[in-house]
Order: sequence, then structure tokens, then C-alpha cells
Amino acid sequence: MGQDVWVLGTHMTRFARYDDKDLIDLGSEACLGALDDGGVTIHDMGVLASGNLGEAAGGVGQRLQKQIGQTGIPVYNVANACATGATAFRTVLLTIKAGEADMGLAVGLEQMGKMGMLGGGRGGGRGDGRKVFTPRGRYGAVMGVEGRIGTGMMPGVFAQAGMEYAYENDGVGFDQFAKVAEKNHAHSVLNPLAQYQKEFSIDEIKQAEMISYPNTLLMCCPTGDGAAAAVLVGEEKLRSLSKEQQQRAVKVSASVLTSDPWTESCQVQPDVNTLTRNAAVQAYEQAGVGPEDLDLVELHDCFATAELVHYDNLQLCEPGGAGDFIDSGGPWRDGRTPVNVSGGLLSKGHPLGATGIANIYEVATHLRGEAGDRQIEGAKVGLTHVIGLGSACGVHILEKAAG
Amino acid sequence: MGKQIPIVDYLVLDDGDPHLMAHECSECGARYFDRRNACASCGGREFTQRPLPTDGVLRTFTIFGRSDKPFASGVVELSDGTSVKANIVGIDPDPDRIELGMKVDMTTFSAGTDDDGTEAICFGFAPSS
Repeated sequence: MGQDVWVLGTHMTRFARYDDKDLIDLGSEACLGALDDGGVTIHDMGVLASGNLGEAAGGVGQRLQKQIGQTGIPVYNVANACATGATAFRTVLLTIKAGEADMGLAVGLEQMGKMGMLGGGRGGGRGDGRKVFTPRGRYGAVMGVEGRIGTGMMPGVFAQAGMEYAYENDGVGFDQFAKVAEKNHAHSVLNPLAQYQKEFSIDEIKQAEMISYPNTLLMCCPTGDGAAAAVLVGEEKLRSLSKEQQQRAVKVSASVLTSDPWTESCQVQPDVNTLTRNAAVQAYEQAGVGPEDLDLVELHDCFATAELVHYDNLQLCEPGGAGDFIDSGGPWRDGRTPVNVSGGLLSKGHPLGATGIANIYEVATHLRGEAGDRQIEGAKVGLTHVIGLGSACGVHILEKAAG
Repeated sequence: MGKQIPIVDYLVLDDGDPHLMAHECSECGARYFDRRNACASCGGREFTQRPLPTDGVLRTFTIFGRSDKPFASGVVELSDGTSVKANIVGIDPDPDRIELGMKVDMTTFSAGTDDDGTEAICFGFAPSS
């Protein structure tokens, strides 16, 4: 499996809406911050992977190089739904494991502004003035089917994932989903990098505008802008660096990427569970740790319903017990397994390509003991999880350096 | 009555009662509603046409609130085990009325008429009476 790979430096911008900065400004800030944090320069990097969705065909990695250093190294521009950042991170990790580089830079960056709700269904229809029903596309649709034959919009898909869990398991309903949002908004108050840092009561959450039952506005992540970056280094190279660099380095003890295997209903309604379950099993095995060893988890709470089902998918609770887990306070920052102490996507924000590295930044920062007011004391092991519809799931397990 | 056309090609209107038709993999039996290149389950390349039952249970739903007309979307598990995505109709889109696991039946309704007078027919699932 090649040598172990470590995070040497990491940085993220605050997630927000930036009118005065462009995508490359944000990416540069994250990259330069990560390089400085690792005590290295762009000249030490043997590979760059850049994760971005909105300008996926726009050579974003090379545009970044033109600001932070054109050193001629290979650049990979990656796009993999909401697992884009995690995929960029993993691209650098694999390059180091393959022996092609001993150090590399991974960055996820996105500028969304206010995009509205994502992921509308595709349908038939025609652009000219005269309306004549003509079957088009893979379903032979004569008009757009979104809202006519169910929904493929993100809020609907993840709402249905939560409601299916409620159908299959006792003790899960609107209240449990709302409690997830209550927790993440409360956590965000301690995170100065979060897009929103405001606490809400359960009643405020439940009574907010209904987007897609059971998810109200306060149970849906916002769109926004931001970037996060990480410098990765191979074990061998790390041992040639300073004592301080070695002590602050965070070990990547598992790196897993999955897609959704075929299941009976997966082409009717995206299956966000099976690929997450598979990724978790592989990650625990790779790292040689179990869910009970995790001191914190940053998981993909694009909607409150999503977080709840992932408690079960990542084995943070008993099978079927996600409702009990949130009811008992298990995922709160003082609970059994703190989940999304950054505020999660719900409050911290979700600039798509940046998310999969921002959660690595968050966990690494806790493992280093540098998370300030939101520090989880004594954190030694943490897990990050992202899932993008389509689907792609990335799971990483990070461990604090020994000694 | 003018001409009718199904909103999607997997809705069959001209062979008995309206029903859905799946492409069924000849190898493994996996069912699909879209045009296929191969089977995503086993890789098989031959498919047969499988008419589906019109009754089932509601496995999950959501109510999309952010439009002029809120609507309920759901996934129905048909009585032969096939999953179908559709709107839940014939009942108020109200979480206090729609129940997970309730029995539903397929129904059809007009989705509009084009400039040639052809009426598009859509399907949905309504609570069993």
C-alpha cells in the first residue's frame, strides 16, 4: 500500500459570500495558508490537485498556479460532486503512495454566490415557440418531469432518505431531524470560520419556512464561497523535516472513495446509504480503529435528515438507533461522539468543492490541539465524510502524531 | 376526445388499464425505467418488457413547500417489489395526512395539452380506497 501519508499543513478561508474576491483569490488564500502552516513552499510540492465544480472545465488548478507558483508540476483538476474536495485530497495521497512525489498540495475551492436550490430533474420539452409533445431523452419524456413525477431536487432527495429511515426504524421523526439542526447551529457559535454563527431553538427550526418536509430552511445548508487546502507529505520525507513539523503532522490512517453499488431502488431514488456504509467499513479496516475510537466526526450534513441517517451508516449508533443517538445528546460536542463541532454544512456552509478538505482541516486542527474555543480536548482520532449525489463518497480517518 | 400521449414512455396507456412498464434484465431480473445500454446490476445486455402492478406501499415521501402549489413526492414499493418515484396525489400534501407505509394505487391525470391538441397523461399514486 506504499508509505504512510501525513497532513503537514492545512488552512481554510472563512466560508461566506465574497463579492470582493474571486475563486482564485479564495483558492490562493487556502493554498498559501496551508503551505505556510506546513513550513514549506510551492517549490517543495510535487503535485497539485484542485477540486472545483462550478468551473470544472476551466483549468482552475493551472489558474491557481499562475498566482501561487508555476513550477511545472502535474496538476489534476478534479470534479466528483460533493466529494470533489475529498477526491482532490485523495489524488495527492495516491500520487505520494505511488512514489511519484513526496509532497503535494490539495485544494478545494468554490464560488457559488446565491444559487438557489440545486439538482433539478431533467426532462423533455423544446425550445421553440410551438408546443408539440415529443418524447425525448432516456425516459421518453414529453415535458419536464421535476415536480410532476416526484422530485430529484437535492432537498427532496435527502428528505426522502430521512423519511425512509423513519419508515424503517422507530423513534425517528420531525423532532429528531430538527434536533440535528439545533445541535449544529449551536456548535457553529464557537467557529469563527462558519458562514453562520447563530443558535436557534427547536421551535424556531421547526417553524422556519418548509423547504422539503421534514427539512425546513434551518435544516438545509446554505450555498456560499470558500476554499480549503492541505499539504500532504510521505512518511519518509516527513522524517527529514523539523521536530515541530513532525509533531504537528496528522496521519491519514484511512482514505476511501466509493460509488454507489447497484441496489433495487437506486436508480429511482439515489441511495446515499450503501456507499457510505461501504466506505465506513473499508476505512475502519484500513485504519485499524472502530467507531468507538473516534473523538470527533465531521460528516456530510447537507440536510438535517442526511446527518441522522449517516449516524447509522458510519456506525456511530446502534443499527436503527439514530433517533436515540440524537435524543440522548450523543453527537453533541460534550456527547459520546461529537459530530460536526464546526457547525457542519448546515451552519459552516457548503461551497461544494471546498467541503471535502474543510472537514479535514477541522479534524486535523482538533488533533493538533489548535481549535481554540471549539477544541475537543484530547482528540486523537477523527473521521471525515462527504457524499455527493450521483454518487461519490469519501471517508478519511486522521490520527494525531504519537508523542 | 383528442389524442393522448404518456408523459414518459414507461407509462402505458394503450394496453388495458394504465400501468408502468419496466425494462427487465434477462440475466438477473433488475428493473429500469430508462433506455438501457446494459444492466447496472450484472452487466447483462438483454432486456425484456415487464408490465408492473399498480398497487404498492409508500416507503418514503417529502412535501416540497417552496412553490405556488406544494406537492408530495414519494417512492412507492409496488406489490412485486419494484420501486417507483412519483407524486403522491388524491390527498392534501400535509405530513399529518400522508402516512409512511400507507397503501397506494396508481392513477393517471392530464398534464396539459399541446398546440396539436394532444393531451399528455401523467401518473401518480393515491391512497387506496
